[in-house]
Amino acid sequence: MAINVSESEIQLSKLMEYSYYPGCSLHSTAREFDDSIQSIFKTLDIKLYELDDWNCCSAASATTLNHALSLALPGRNLAIAQKSGRDMLIPCTGCYNRHKSTEFELKRNSLNSTMIEAAVGFKYQGNFEVRSLLDVVGNEIGMDRIHQHVQKPLTGLKVVGYYGCLLLRPTKITQFENPEKPILLMELLQTLGAEVMPWSYAMECCGGDQTLVRPEIAVRLVNRLVEHAREAGAQAMVTVCPLCQMSLEMRQTAPGTKMPLFYFTELIGLAFGLKEAPAWWKKHLISPENLMNSLGL
Amino acid sequence: MLDINFIDQVNTLSDQAIQLCYHCHKCTAGCPVTDQMEYGPDRILRMVQFGEKEKLLKCRDIWICVACETCGARCPNEIDAARVLGALREIAYSENVAVAEPGAVKFHKLFLLLVKNMGRMHEVSLLALHKLWTMNLFSDLPAGARLFMMGKVPLKPHLIRRQGEVKRIYDAFDPKKKQVSHGN
Repeated sequence: MAINVSESEIQLSKLMEYSYYPGCSLHSTAREFDDSIQSIFKTLDIKLYELDDWNCCSAASATTLNHALSLALPGRNLAIAQKSGRDMLIPCTGCYNRHKSTEFELKRNSLNSTMIEAAVGFKYQGNFEVRSLLDVVGNEIGMDRIHQHVQKPLTGLKVVGYYGCLLLRPTKITQFENPEKPILLMELLQTLGAEVMPWSYAMECCGGDQTLVRPEIAVRLVNRLVEHAREAGAQAMVTVCPLCQMSLEMRQTAPGTKMPLFYFTELIGLAFGLKEAPAWWKKHLISPENLMNSLGL
Repeated sequence: MLDINFIDQVNTLSDQAIQLCYHCHKCTAGCPVTDQMEYGPDRILRMVQFGEKEKLLKCRDIWICVACETCGARCPNEIDAARVLGALREIAYSENVAVAEPGAVKFHKLFLLLVKNMGRMHEVSLLALHKLWTMNLFSDLPAGARLFMMGKVPLKPHLIRRQGEVKRIYDAFDPKKKQVSHGN
């Protein structure tokens, strides 16, 4: 019996390491997202190995002008990840969506898969999975383990959870649980002790794809989201994506106080009692400091 | 001018079966930007079925799509209209059509050029070059300045070590160098 337990523990610790693909955003505009991830994974004793010499996934640009290229560019990163066989953890949902699309083609062995393999110069073996950060935190690490680490519950903080598009859709590619009514983020925020307000806009688009090219489109979508978050009684919105965070911070134009936003990992870090947490949201365009002070968080 | 083969071209590039659409309008009902569009996703699918190539490639709608994929998630025939609009953008670009949103094409061209030469995105270069190219110099300057002050947008780009590998992938799909067939 004792041997069985230790074997399962060994297996668990083997599972709990990942290839880490930060993507361009987490090295620039979403630095605090990266910092908060590194901190909470250290606390949870899970190793992240940044993928060696990774390249940009090409985001929305290759999907707009050259779809074949958009499938092949992430292929190079998959080839690098394949060498270690560790699951590949991707926090940015834009990067996740691109890599997942490439993985989808490679798995179904389509003409596209032959084209990707030829362009990159590798043979896909399928010995690892592309995983989103929310999936790993919510399903792999799990609510129980998160709950065990909560030192400072987020009592009194009223939030809405916001998924956006790229983590959930296209549904056959992302394979996200119940994509029209996902609950993983809400469960996680409740585990942290926050008050999660119900609303119907958690999967609606923020216009992030157009936020730099046609800002006026994003402005309309962002203002609508913020209005409904307020109506639901939220003091802050919680995002899972650097593109949503950026769009929602930059494109709020409605008069009055702006709605602050958190990356979900920042709130995990805060609930874990990590002292570096306030330094993360010093880098936000909309400061949540007044709100946090008023709640004593 | 109708092009009866247009549906085949779009089906192949988007990996969709547009002939299956029976116009239930679910895609348009769920689209968050349909009020900004002239046609909306459902009518665009209809126009592809009719072969209205020129009209579609020149229309603004294909550049207004935010690629949120709500249409594809809700289609009873599993047609991903966002992918269809993506294919229309790509055809418009590769066939040198005078597109309705040249600023968007410039943005994406610059993005791809920078990744080709550096391996990763460099926001300062992208935004500075895009501002110069479109002569839209002052948009978003305050937000950009704040991000810079916070140390979030480095001035110096990061170059990956094996840049040649990335360039080789680009060359494999350069429409001017080689015609690559894709889709299923």
